[in-house]
Amino acid sequence: MTTSASPLGPLHPDVEPRRERLAATALPRESQLELYRYLQLNRRLEDRLTNLYRQGKVVGGLYSSRGQEAISVGSAYALGPRDVVGPLIRNLGSLLVRGVAPREILTQYMARGTSPTGGKDCNLHFGDLARGLVSPISMLGALVPVLAGVALAAKYRGEDSVALTYIGDGGTSTGDFHEGMNLAAVLEVPLVVVAEHNGYAYSTPTERQMKIKDLAQRAVAYGIPARIVDGNDVLAVYEATRQAVSEARAGGGPRMLEVKTFRMKGHAEHDDAGYVPPELFERWRARDPIARFERHLADEGLATRAELDAILADVDRRLDEDVDFALASPWPPPERALEGVYEEGET
Amino acid sequence: MSATATGAATEVTFLEAIGRALADEMRADDRVFLIGEDVGRYGGAFRVTAGLLDEFGPRRVIDTPISESGFTGAAIGAAMMGLRPVVEYQFIDFIANAFDMVVNFAGTNRYRWGQKVPLVLRGPSGGRVSGSAFHSANPEAYFHRAPGLKIVYPATAEDAYGLLRAAIRDPNPVLFFEHKYLYRRVKGTLPEGLETLPLGRARLARAGRDLTVITWSAMVHVALEAAATLAAEGIEIEIVDLRTLKPMDEAAILASVEKTNRALVLSEEPVTGSVAGDVAARIAERAFWSLDAPVARVGCLDTPVPYSPPLEDFYLPNAAKLAARVRELVSG
Ligand SMILES: Cc1ncc(C[n+]2csc(CCOP(=O)(O)OP(=O)(O)O)c2C)c(N)n1
Repeated sequence: MTTSASPLGPLHPDVEPRRERLAATALPRESQLELYRYLQLNRRLEDRLTNLYRQGKVVGGLYSSRGQEAISVGSAYALGPRDVVGPLIRNLGSLLVRGVAPREILTQYMARGTSPTGGKDCNLHFGDLARGLVSPISMLGALVPVLAGVALAAKYRGEDSVALTYIGDGGTSTGDFHEGMNLAAVLEVPLVVVAEHNGYAYSTPTERQMKIKDLAQRAVAYGIPARIVDGNDVLAVYEATRQAVSEARAGGGPRMLEVKTFRMKGHAEHDDAGYVPPELFERWRARDPIARFERHLADEGLATRAELDAILADVDRRLDEDVDFALASPWPPPERALEGVYEEGET
Repeated sequence: MSATATGAATEVTFLEAIGRALADEMRADDRVFLIGEDVGRYGGAFRVTAGLLDEFGPRRVIDTPISESGFTGAAIGAAMMGLRPVVEYQFIDFIANAFDMVVNFAGTNRYRWGQKVPLVLRGPSGGRVSGSAFHSANPEAYFHRAPGLKIVYPATAEDAYGLLRAAIRDPNPVLFFEHKYLYRRVKGTLPEGLETLPLGRARLARAGRDLTVITWSAMVHVALEAAATLAAEGIEIEIVDLRTLKPMDEAAILASVEKTNRALVLSEEPVTGSVAGDVAARIAERAFWSLDAPVARVGCLDTPVPYSPPLEDFYLPNAAKLAARVRELVSG
């Protein structure tokens, strides 16, 4: 069976992430500069981590969101303080927007005793409900039903908070994704799923993972309204998420966004991505979300180069401090391994 | 990749031994095919299947979407129809996503309606590589109590080769766990003409007189390390490498314990609910009157696998912990 044209086609004028102009927004200048800061913090923190990895300071694998920063940053920026996010390994930007400090990420990746999990878990695998963060789950798809449950709890209590989680193109082939999406639809819970279509799942291109062109087609089958969004336009991601979140908050049930983007590195730092045709990297490098946003800020007269440089200097200063903190941090005491299997507090 | 173990003896890593077993069995039998994530062009996350797509083509080396339950179910179906699927999980932790297929269907099929399911389910397992809770599993105990499954967990390159070929030829579903710490660290020589080694047969990894350590997989090497230390103190431990956990070579365990009169089960699992517990129970039931000391278990903490090296070192058994326990049992 061949796939026919996407049933969503006409609904989504902005399928092609090639448009140079970014989406219209009512966000004031200060907010746009804040987005810029998060985007750069995301990228520069990952650059620091890459260096630390090469120096053997990162314990285990290192995962990059290069080229996808606009998705995490733009979507998390559209959330309210009581909303809850379930990020995946490439959603560093979402954590930063939720108030996570670079040193928390650095100490996690470096397995130090000062990390949010005290050394028990790795990389972005930590959560903090006080900041609306659920810890990632490696088993792909698993966060979808879990975040549907977070949304169910809000609906149950009559609260208006929304749950948001992410899934990769590859992850949408799991049973958990299917069950979670269908369940969220039937229970009409306020869940927003951001599906990052970045072309590859490890070495496997999308066309060998599914027979459909758009992940949004999956949402149609669940009766979940979906939109396709340019994932390399931080304003488009922000605006689409804001819209989806407000519909979910208003009781409209789950929403899905398919964000078109590209994974600009290998699956992880050890993977040279030799299986990706170099032209693809070339084509997507021209759509780099940060460079595009900088041009937007300049074209719209929102910031001078000097103002952007001041932001960068501030980001670098912050990172210097936090890298030093992480490097100076001790290893965890071995006996900590025994602690915390059970909750010992009040029921 | 043209050398085979059926030619002259060759030195290989544990990982290469597995790749060769797959290739040799695929050459020998057109019914054998591989299925899993990134096993084809990429050659698998750990490169176990590197080169196999080139030799055997996409009909026999099948890349899948991320759908563990789906491709395990499909492998069961193909196996029932007479094919010999070998399923790879990118990390063995993700076999959890196919638990229902493995335990409820593959394991019970033969008993329920007489239809055999010749199937191998394999993948990288084990800790000591800072993989944390989701990438360090030793899942043998989850499957040990499930009827109808066989479980192989080798320690040496030669065993990995011969037992994998035997697993593929076996008419039952066989779980084949590959400790990833051993992949490139353990090397061995595949003897000329080696094809299969029998499932269900333990191997005497070291002869000794004072105490028997029953173990498998990466822990065999830990036991050997401890044995060297203990030998310098005049304590000679015997090491039984089970190789196959199910069916378990009870005769080999009992024969050794009846000789040394002391038994310790060493395994990389949380002690509670472990396969080690089953080994200990068999010894207590059948060799009680030969014992000069209680049967001991040395394993992991009853916690998820922690990430940071000092925590994971504390969590895992090692030669020093083993030697300390052996000294207590021998002097007690
Ligand atoms: C259930 C499950 N199977 C396999 C894996 C191993 N694995 C980790 S990431 C990955 C590819 C993910 O691709 P995608 O969902 O598209 O996300 P991306 O890496 O592109 O962000 C795989 C196969 C896993 N984490 N979970």
